[in-house]
Amino acid sequence: MSDLQLELEILRYDPEQDQEPRFQTYSVPCQEEWVVLDAINYVKDHIDSTLSYRWSCHMAVCGSCGMMIDGEPKLACKAFVRDYVNKTVRIEPLANFPIERDLVSVLDDFMNKLRRVKPYLIRKEEKPLSEGEYRQTPAELNKYKQYTLCINCLCCYAACPQYALIPEFIGPAALTMAHRYNQDSRDQGRAQREEETASHEGVWDCAFADACSLVCPKHVDPASALQQMKITSTVDWYLEHLGMGGKKS
Amino acid sequence: METIKTDVAIVGAGGAGLRAAIAIAEARPDLKVALISKVYPMRSHTCAAEGGAAGVIKPDDSLELHFNDTVGGGDWLCDQDVVDYFVREAAKELTQLEHWGCPWSREPDGSVGVRPFGGMKIKRTWFAADKSGFHILHTLFQTTLKYPSIERFDEYFTTDLLVVDGRCQGVVAIEMSSGRIFQFQAKSVIVATGGAGRIFPFTTNGAVKTGDGSAMAYRAGIPLKDMEFVQYHPTGLPSTGILLTEGCRGEGGVLRNKDGYRYLQDYGMGPETPLGKPVLKTMELGPRDRLSQAFWHEQQKGNTIPTKFGDCVYLDMTHLGEKHIDERLPLVRDLSISYSGVDPVTEQVPIRPVVHYCMGGIHTNIEAETPMPGLYAVGECACGSLNGANRLGSNSLTELLVFGKKAAQNAMEFAGGGNKTNESAVSEQAEQAQKRITELFDKSGGGETISGLRKEMMDSLEKGAGIYRTEQTLKESCATISQLRKRYAGIELHDKSNVYNTDLFQALELRNMLDLAQTVAEGALARKESRGSHQRLDFVDRDDENFLKHTLAYHQGEETPRIEYLDVIITKSQPGVRDYSGGGK
Ligand SMILES: Cc1cc2nc3c(=O)[nH]c(=O)nc-3n(C[C@H](O)[C@H](O)[C@H](O)COP(=O)(O)OP(=O)(O)OC[C@H]3O[C@@H](n4cnc5c(N)ncnc54)[C@H](O)[C@@H]3O)c2cc1C
Ligand code: FES
Repeated sequence: MSDLQLELEILRYDPEQDQEPRFQTYSVPCQEEWVVLDAINYVKDHIDSTLSYRWSCHMAVCGSCGMMIDGEPKLACKAFVRDYVNKTVRIEPLANFPIERDLVSVLDDFMNKLRRVKPYLIRKEEKPLSEGEYRQTPAELNKYKQYTLCINCLCCYAACPQYALIPEFIGPAALTMAHRYNQDSRDQGRAQREEETASHEGVWDCAFADACSLVCPKHVDPASALQQMKITSTVDWYLEHLGMGGKKS
Repeated sequence: METIKTDVAIVGAGGAGLRAAIAIAEARPDLKVALISKVYPMRSHTCAAEGGAAGVIKPDDSLELHFNDTVGGGDWLCDQDVVDYFVREAAKELTQLEHWGCPWSREPDGSVGVRPFGGMKIKRTWFAADKSGFHILHTLFQTTLKYPSIERFDEYFTTDLLVVDGRCQGVVAIEMSSGRIFQFQAKSVIVATGGAGRIFPFTTNGAVKTGDGSAMAYRAGIPLKDMEFVQYHPTGLPSTGILLTEGCRGEGGVLRNKDGYRYLQDYGMGPETPLGKPVLKTMELGPRDRLSQAFWHEQQKGNTIPTKFGDCVYLDMTHLGEKHIDERLPLVRDLSISYSGVDPVTEQVPIRPVVHYCMGGIHTNIEAETPMPGLYAVGECACGSLNGANRLGSNSLTELLVFGKKAAQNAMEFAGGGNKTNESAVSEQAEQAQKRITELFDKSGGGETISGLRKEMMDSLEKGAGIYRTEQTLKESCATISQLRKRYAGIELHDKSNVYNTDLFQALELRNMLDLAQTVAEGALARKESRGSHQRLDFVDRDDENFLKHTLAYHQGEETPRIEYLDVIITKSQPGVRDYSGGGK
């Protein structure tokens, strides 16, 4: 009862056997409601159980299934097969990351960078729990809410021309997370984070190509976060160097 | 084999495991924590939770009301000491999350907002739009990055508990990127591996939810409790099983059959409430078990809408308005448009009941202790009997936090208790586990496939142990699953690589799922009554005389599990009538 046929050309690579990556083609009978992930699962379950890839939620929220689909970084669970009928679709692991196996990329670099930007609330003094929540108005929440929506799928790193050139660049998702906490009215850690984010590997490596925001499946808009960070870190620099008081914490 | 020595090993980095890790790191930074997970923490399925987390904070609410809603919602199968402790700690934990940065939705004055939820008499569900679990998970994960004593082992697949001298002393795990097998020697172990919805074909649960930790504990001799209680959520998208949160109904969405009729009023949940004015604990805000059962009856009467992906009814939110939907239910709108091609602002969304949550799990008590010294369990893999026969929506996210902290407190105390690891005996056991894994690679010629057996298991459970059950359907499921467990010996791995071998992991997961599926079907067959999510057409009434008891299933090797019963802990609320008629009766 399949509605359409899809040709998938999937990158295969097993470091124990292959000198270099190769492509293998599978012909998959699809239903029109399917996403590309369903087609890949079909391959795994019915054609070739040796294929390796990551997935879990199937609802674009766990961030596992970022991969290159027809040359673009996308979530396989949010790319619809109906958009690829009558052609051969290339499926590759995320660009700009080392390949671990087949469609699985090595993500250590991002995980380390995320830790470096201190993505957690920093306070000079903790309020005791017995005093209840920190007050935060809906307007204050809105200032950073969009930046909390990042699912760490890393499509933005795969799209970023600067990350491709300069692997040390902290990159869109991690920097956006720093910005998310900087903008949070409860947080007092911006100065600490700027040691990383305003460094040479931080926001200044961003050339504002906007590629990250274009591919983001959750519309987080990392490019705007990075632009705002450049402005605040410039202001902080002037305040500090022109003797107009220290950095705002 | 490589050995890693730690103080506390935590298996699972979802909401429960992360909360436990932070509690240890804060209280005892001198203790080493090994946080082991088969996926990166932020991929854990807690990320999928939409609606919110319950905790009493508003002046019109009280702990007693939360207690009563939970115990009645659970059809009196909850242990009431556990519920009591839970409702007292709930708001504290949610406030703690707020202090760690969770972006809870707010009232205009800046205080935390709450929304109505099914089965709750008062609005008490804290929410972060309709991405509550996602924000809870990321807040917890990012907070763990502060603590150097937490060492993460991301993408390590745990296969076995190491039990020596009747005490849990560690786990065995495969480093997924290399295939190397590690033994973790630990002074205490917390299992937090999540639920097992994947034993059913149509579920809101992600691929990781295969019940591994529950099965490991079960095979190590710990009973699984109340496994027959499986929650169907009434509103899943038909083709994928993607959930539309109960928040849809909390915000005023209503259910209609093919004639546009709000059928819930025919099933003891009326009188019909005015559109746009939901009344708590009435109609669409009744509990999930009742709503899913009402669907089944409508289906029998021919009042549902046939679709390519099964029979449906409609979730109607068109009267809520675009602004309200975008503010409160943005994900729901996105999911409905993307995966069903229906915009809830202008159209009714076809939905049907979908397997959602396992009330049952590893037998634990109010201390999050299992019967085995040194072993603790928390989260959806555990059954601390907070949820009884039917979990109330938004209690489980809070449960992860309250009992995650509790498990941590007890595990660190036990770790400091001076027990010595019996290293040689532990290593020997780990070697045996390793041998079992390598043997899987060598098997050939059995002719069974992983996906084939998995599908038969899922179909059999759905047919036999779905929303309504009978002796005959259950006997068929029990027989099929018993057969499938035997046929498992005939599977063969086609992937021989050591690197990220998902063929191997799926084989291990299938074994776990088959073990759990058997406890669901056998437990349901033995429970000759109807209670909460367990409904028997041949025993339609609740039977407090014989079954006000927890089921305990003990692993018996190749045989079917041994079933025993344990009294429910009742402190102040005697079994009564579950009333969802808004006082209209
Ligand atoms: C779609 C959806 C919506 C929901 N909405 C709500 C809601 O609004 N409110 C509410 O209260 N509840 C909700 N729930 C229920 C709630 O989200 C879950 O019960 C809860 O998040 C489970 O958390 P956990 O930490 O126990 O497990 P998970 O978050 O599932 O984490 C399990 C962890 O264990 C690890 N693991 C598993 N097996 C192994 C292994 N073999 N080796 C190593 N690691 C392993 C995984 O890697 C993962 O890190 C919802 C559930 C779903 C599915
Ligand atoms: S499977 Fe979770 S984002 Fe695609």
